[in-house]
Amino acid sequence: MAKVNSKKTNEWLLTLPSLVWLFVLFLLPTVMIFAIAFKPPDMYGGFASGWTLNTLKDLAQPSYPIIIWRTIYLSLITTILCILLAVPAGYCIARLKGKWRQIFLLLVVLPFWTSFLVRIFAWKVLLHPDGIIKKSLVFLHVIGPDTSLLYNAGAVLLVMVNNFLPFAILPIYAAAAKFDFRLVEAAQDLGAHRFQSFMKVFIPGIWRGIVTAILMVFIPALGSYIIPDIVGGTSGEMIGNKIAQRVFTDRNLPHASGLSAFLTLAVLVPMIIVLIMQNRKKAAPIFEEEA
Amino acid sequence: MKKSRLPLIITISLLVFFYLPVIVLVVNSFNAAKFGSSWEGFSLIWYHKLFHHREIWAAVRNTLFIAFGATVLSVIIGTTAALALHRFQTGLQKAHYMLIYTPLVIPEILMGIGLLLFFVAIGMQLGLFTIMISHVTFCISFVAMVVLGRLQNFDYAVVEAAQDLGASWPAVAWRILIPLLSPGIVSGALLAFTLSIDDFVITFFVAGPGSTTLPLRIYSMIKHGSPPLINALSTILLLVTFVAVVISQNLMEEDET
Repeated sequence: MAKVNSKKTNEWLLTLPSLVWLFVLFLLPTVMIFAIAFKPPDMYGGFASGWTLNTLKDLAQPSYPIIIWRTIYLSLITTILCILLAVPAGYCIARLKGKWRQIFLLLVVLPFWTSFLVRIFAWKVLLHPDGIIKKSLVFLHVIGPDTSLLYNAGAVLLVMVNNFLPFAILPIYAAAAKFDFRLVEAAQDLGAHRFQSFMKVFIPGIWRGIVTAILMVFIPALGSYIIPDIVGGTSGEMIGNKIAQRVFTDRNLPHASGLSAFLTLAVLVPMIIVLIMQNRKKAAPIFEEEA
Repeated sequence: MKKSRLPLIITISLLVFFYLPVIVLVVNSFNAAKFGSSWEGFSLIWYHKLFHHREIWAAVRNTLFIAFGATVLSVIIGTTAALALHRFQTGLQKAHYMLIYTPLVIPEILMGIGLLLFFVAIGMQLGLFTIMISHVTFCISFVAMVVLGRLQNFDYAVVEAAQDLGASWPAVAWRILIPLLSPGIVSGALLAFTLSIDDFVITFFVAGPGSTTLPLRIYSMIKHGSPPLINALSTILLLVTFVAVVISQNLMEEDET
């Protein structure tokens, strides 16, 4: 009996630090996002006592549906493009041997380690009217000299795909590395075309990796804030920008909470769907590769 | 059977897509021109200016202070969390795993605003301390996942054998766990350190007056400042992270052999 008790004690000793820390500083703040949306703002940028439904009424403003719609479609297109590009990349890396596989994998992981701000800034320089992309495209007569590559939804999309792509490649690669490629060969021996065998054998074989990749791209994409802030301009704004404006420009925390509560709900829907589909053991592998 | 070249071509184009902006930025940091549209000769002028930029050095100090504190705390909490997750398969650990996994996928901006509301609600002054606490909060999950990955072939019986032979918890931790787990702990620590140094979104929400970190400084430079200076600063940052990656890769290879 003493052994059972000490095992339980050990478990609690090891679990408590992270459990308490994340409960107080992650779970509680997330719940507060919902609660404070129903508080009235005060004059000092905080919130007063009492409860109100005013924030909900404010959120019915006509400018919000446009931004919400843009946030959703930009995130969806980003996810689709990332998956379409990550599947062949994951397939290619998984088929490489030894040293080359290591090198390619390192090259995919490296952007994770470089400063996020620096990479977005690099795109701002590239897309700038004086940047090389604009100059080359004008030179090739693909675009006119008046076309702006910066400060629109297209620029946001380009930089989002660039930023989130490694998050899609890694889980798809992890699934493809475990995939038995003899199955594809068997399908081809039995008369399937190359593309047919790819779609009907390889894709279902790495399906779990694809689902993880969708989650890893779509959810953070919904909350994008810096990318639209730096390359988006007003026509590329997303919900994240509105939240930041309510916090830093108007100092209206309840209003920011209301928008954040909406974003939290939008994020929870795909997460719950995927959590139901995947159990805990299968959700983890991406991070082993990432390390 | 002939293999299709298409996946390889796509993969190589993607790598160009990843690295082209960064390469242009590094090259421009050595460009004497004030606006990076044309090459006006090799120059170190921007690095020279950077080293005499007092505000940047103050930001570097803040950043390193926060990163060291956040790394130490998150490595301790994240490692114990990984041990618990690896060792026990109970209902408590299922909830524990959820609590550790969710911060990894939730958008940073939600964590930032949540922490801001929390600090405002309890009346805590925003500053270096609130930034450090916030960094620990998101680093715990990354450290726990990295250490958990390293734990897959760790046999917990060693710990139980030591305890049966009368070893105390500190002795077990110091003489068994830390030596065996050190590659995982070091790569977790490097990840936490780089994440803390790099974090902008969460830091932006919980920073107060006088607690400007390097990413906050870079952001205000991007918004209002001189591009060549950011190029030079970015190149130095890239070099630092590159060294961190090489170290952690070497550690992992040693661990595998």
